[in-house]
Amino acid sequence: MTKAEKKTGKTQAERDERSLLEGLRSGDPASAEQFVRLHIGWMRQLAFRIVRDRSLADDCVQEAFMKAFAKIGDFEGRSTLKTWVHRITVNEALMKLRSRRRAGETSIDELLPDFDAGDCRLEPSWGRLPDPLEVLESESMRDLARSKILELPENYRVVLLLRDIEELSTKEVAEYLDISESNVKTRLHRARSALKTLLEPILRGGHGDG
Amino acid sequence: MAMANIDRLRRLIKGKMQGSLPWLITCREFEAFVLDYHDGTLPEDQRHTFERHLRFCRECREYLAAYRQSVEIGKSILGAPEETLPDDVPEDLIKAILDARRD
Repeated sequence: MTKAEKKTGKTQAERDERSLLEGLRSGDPASAEQFVRLHIGWMRQLAFRIVRDRSLADDCVQEAFMKAFAKIGDFEGRSTLKTWVHRITVNEALMKLRSRRRAGETSIDELLPDFDAGDCRLEPSWGRLPDPLEVLESESMRDLARSKILELPENYRVVLLLRDIEELSTKEVAEYLDISESNVKTRLHRARSALKTLLEPILRGGHGDG
Repeated sequence: MAMANIDRLRRLIKGKMQGSLPWLITCREFEAFVLDYHDGTLPEDQRHTFERHLRFCRECREYLAAYRQSVEIGKSILGAPEETLPDDVPEDLIKAILDARRD
């Protein structure tokens, strides 16, 4: 910690954010440009992960910035600017997803665990499981794993993304998706179980075709 | 064929045990605890019940191991930067955003 930081109790990053915020609130164009350049990269990645379409992701980012500029006066500074914009971006992307949701989405049921009449799990023996890092060493395996993950129905893939990748809490995801917390947990577990089934050919033999 | 029959018989015995021993949950009941166990949010008494089944059941042990591996692979793949999305943000997108802000 520098002398200035000791004196004010604020880090350089906090002071930079405060000054950026003041610039944005006063409508300063240079601050607006700095704000856009600072956050647009990760916002595009985030939006793309949710909507899986480059031009839709760009639309999300553009609309998220417009909302942020319009509402900057309401930003109370209880979180960082990044957390605030993250929330706006996820909301925009989910809205896009809802508006283009396709009819007749595939069912996840056949990817879920199977049990016999005595409630015993039907699970062929695994033997030795490969290390995930080992599996992901080769580019072709990564591509295959990615294509398998994208086979997950959209409403399950999104829960997996928000909980396991964006590390939002169950409560936050429930609020974003307007569903109950127990529904979030059910969807997350189903998504992971289905993912296991989808990745099984890779985990068992390193081939996606069997 | 013989192996399949042995396997069926083994599961039949296991099913009877699971259904009759009060301290042992079934595989289907076990399934309801997997998420919380994996995420470390299962209360202690339920964790003991879960782990008791885990020691007893080869299928659930292997299922859980594969579930864990899949979560790790999913995190690694989904969390990686999208290769189809170039790192460089198009300047025209930045310009469009800044122009729209001025309007």
